[in-house]
Amino acid sequence: MSKVKSKKHSTFIDMTAMSDVTVLLLTFFMLTSTFIPKEPVKVVTPGSVSEIKIPDANIMTILINIDGKVFLNLDRKDDKLKVLTNIGKDYNINFTPEQKAAFIEQPNIGMPVGVLQRFLDLKLEDQDKELKNAGIPTDSTNNQFKHWVMLATKSNKDLSIAIKADEGTPYPKIRTVLNTLQDLKLNRYSLVTVLKPMPAGF
Amino acid sequence: MSEIQTGGGEQKKGKPKKMSLRVDFTPMVDMNMLLITFFMFCTSLAKPQTMDITMPVKDEKVTDAERNKVADNKAITIILGEENKVYYYFGKPNYKDYNSLKVANYGSSEDKNSLRSILLKRNKVSIANIRKLRDMRDRKQITLADYNEQVKKIRNDKEGQVVIIKPMDTSTYKNLVDALDEMQICSIGIYAIVGVEAPDKFLMDNLKKAGALTAASDFGKAKTK
Repeated sequence: MSKVKSKKHSTFIDMTAMSDVTVLLLTFFMLTSTFIPKEPVKVVTPGSVSEIKIPDANIMTILINIDGKVFLNLDRKDDKLKVLTNIGKDYNINFTPEQKAAFIEQPNIGMPVGVLQRFLDLKLEDQDKELKNAGIPTDSTNNQFKHWVMLATKSNKDLSIAIKADEGTPYPKIRTVLNTLQDLKLNRYSLVTVLKPMPAGF
Repeated sequence: MSEIQTGGGEQKKGKPKKMSLRVDFTPMVDMNMLLITFFMFCTSLAKPQTMDITMPVKDEKVTDAERNKVADNKAITIILGEENKVYYYFGKPNYKDYNSLKVANYGSSEDKNSLRSILLKRNKVSIANIRKLRDMRDRKQITLADYNEQVKKIRNDKEGQVVIIKPMDTSTYKNLVDALDEMQICSIGIYAIVGVEAPDKFLMDNLKKAGALTAASDFGKAKTK
């Protein structure tokens, strides 16, 4: 009788230690990791041996996908608000407070200004769907990309520029973006890459 | 401990109160595991790597000193072409001889025809110096700060190699990053990304047609002063 009972007890595993470990891991992950920003298009960055890390804050990421669609991402919310207000002024658009809130909520800028109001009235999920096929116009006759970048650099003087382009992007698309930035006298960029080990002996 | 005693069954009835001391942590662990999984999938631990480049100011023309360097045969011009091919020439191009433009690839240094082995050969002196410095650093003969400073000095030496990168419209972004990467691997401090001009296009066309265009063109006469 007593033998059977003690066997029953042995099935009960003490989970306290396990819980300790998991809580520790959880704390570690929460403190060290950063959230992956949502990107409207998939971008595979090329590898490089460079080991410089991207700065922590004040970054403007220019996302270029394989078809040459351009998106902007500003990491500071008050910058975004300033930029939107200025865009509204320059294009004579009055954004409602709801649209402004929606603009801040949406991490990526990637719509032609003309349809921006209608776009911001949509739900966030619908916005993401539409964003995939959009992109900021970069052609020389209607260079809205230049306008956005100009306003962004004006609203935050410490802004550093990161270019995240797909490795298969044809060079002319990259050149358009680089030329635009050079026109604005912005000459320092960080190209986002994945780490590739340095070849042996160097 | 307490529960082992209660399991004995020999204790008095007042004892079972002690059993409530034991809290079952299994749901807690379940929840934590779930949260950990969530964090592992939705966040990234490592910050992405970047490669910093500085482009020249647009209206600033190439200075005379740099022009001289091209004349001095110090410069290497690499043209990033289609299908991961690289074309290169040293110093001033010879428009008369279509073979002055050569083809390379993005292979490793074992490949004799790769861009890396060509640049390594050209930049032998600096690389040997940097290797020496690295040895000294590894043996703790110089400090890390000293090492960095001296490497920087060697890389930006005005007498060193100058590389001009000209990406064609047919090249991709990866080609550009690879080429910039080679600069870093081969310790070349001075390089510039420049647009492709008509003479370069002529050189490439001429190479593809094995010199058939040499006679018909006036590049050879006009460009070489």
